[in-house]
Amino acid sequence: MAQEFWRWKEYNWRDESINPKLVKILSAGVDIGSVSSQAVILADGQLYAYSNMRTGSDSPDSARKAMSWALESTELALEDLHYIVGTGYGRVNVPFAHRAITEIACHARGANFMYGPTVRTILDMGGQDCKAIQCDEKGKVTNFLMNDKCAAGTGRGMEVFADLLAVPIEDIGDLSFQIEAEPNPVSSTCVVFAKSEAAGLLRSGWPKNLVLAAYCSAMAHRIISLLERLGVQPEFAITGGIAKNSGVVKRLEKELNLTSMKSQYDTQIAGAIGAALFAKALYEKSGK
Amino acid sequence: MLANYGYIDGSGQYYITIDTDKCIACQGHFCVEACPERMFTIETDDYDDNVAVIQDAFRHQIKYKCAPCKPVSSHPELPCIKACTAGAIEHSW
Ligand code: SF4
Ligand code: SF4
Repeated sequence: MAQEFWRWKEYNWRDESINPKLVKILSAGVDIGSVSSQAVILADGQLYAYSNMRTGSDSPDSARKAMSWALESTELALEDLHYIVGTGYGRVNVPFAHRAITEIACHARGANFMYGPTVRTILDMGGQDCKAIQCDEKGKVTNFLMNDKCAAGTGRGMEVFADLLAVPIEDIGDLSFQIEAEPNPVSSTCVVFAKSEAAGLLRSGWPKNLVLAAYCSAMAHRIISLLERLGVQPEFAITGGIAKNSGVVKRLEKELNLTSMKSQYDTQIAGAIGAALFAKALYEKSGK
Repeated sequence: MLANYGYIDGSGQYYITIDTDKCIACQGHFCVEACPERMFTIETDDYDDNVAVIQDAFRHQIKYKCAPCKPVSSHPELPCIKACTAGAIEHSW
């Protein structure tokens, strides 16, 4: 089989130090994005287990798979979870969720958990959209905007480039800095045109790394116009898959003249963590 | 919360901003009827407040949907802005 350069690592995880039998509230969040899906289980509000995988063609099926993979390493069954919230693009298609909540609210709440209560501006660079969010010290959204008109500047756009240039997606960031001088960004704002522009640059003799640099730089520029409209505060964090791409993140930080906050958690699970926190609060509110 | 609906494309930034904190106390929801394109609807948001939103189906068409209301740079006050006496609505273009 031909190598799939776009393919990123799917995995599940569990905190072995937590005994779920001693837990009062098991809440869960399932984030069904256009490209990736995550399921997170919280034990009394602490991260207990999660999965991170690619979204399939069917949202309910992706939700079931993500949830059973998160549960797999635990001693729990779906029925043991007290409250489940669905979020993301496929949030209304999570068959076992008690409620659906937008990814905007879930990312803000998840970022508050992952980066602490000082975080104020969140950039979520997802599979097919990009969201800029401001929140308060409780992770409640105060201002947001998103751009989801086109895949350029998103995870899907980056996957297309990984395949075009035959570079594993995890290597793009580092390789994009192995250049002598920073090129101009690719000019196309649409991923289809950006792809043909990049193919043209390769044909005219540009090394791969330089093309990667030009594309990462174009993504950073696109995102900046979104952030400028919202306003960026120094307590700034990036969530989503592109947060793992140093080629985009470092260029963005340089243009914004600030360093993004770091977290011990996987940036792709922010939405599902937020959903699981909402689930916990809603279960408590229900008084069960 | 300031909710911005719309997009940025090669030709500019097209966002309608709704200050949903003002919607919470709104009784009339006049934006819904005032908009000839029926862009607004009232929904319960993630924090269980009833607020105005731009309907999903129109969020990628804002520039075109609003064009008849703003044919030239100087035009009468937009129907949505006029109807919202709380001053919750703004347009970016
Ligand atoms: S009229 Fe204004 S305040 Fe009332 S619901 Fe509409 S946007 Fe909100
Ligand atoms: S400008 Fe006109 S079409 Fe656009 S939201 Fe306002 S009332 Fe509706």
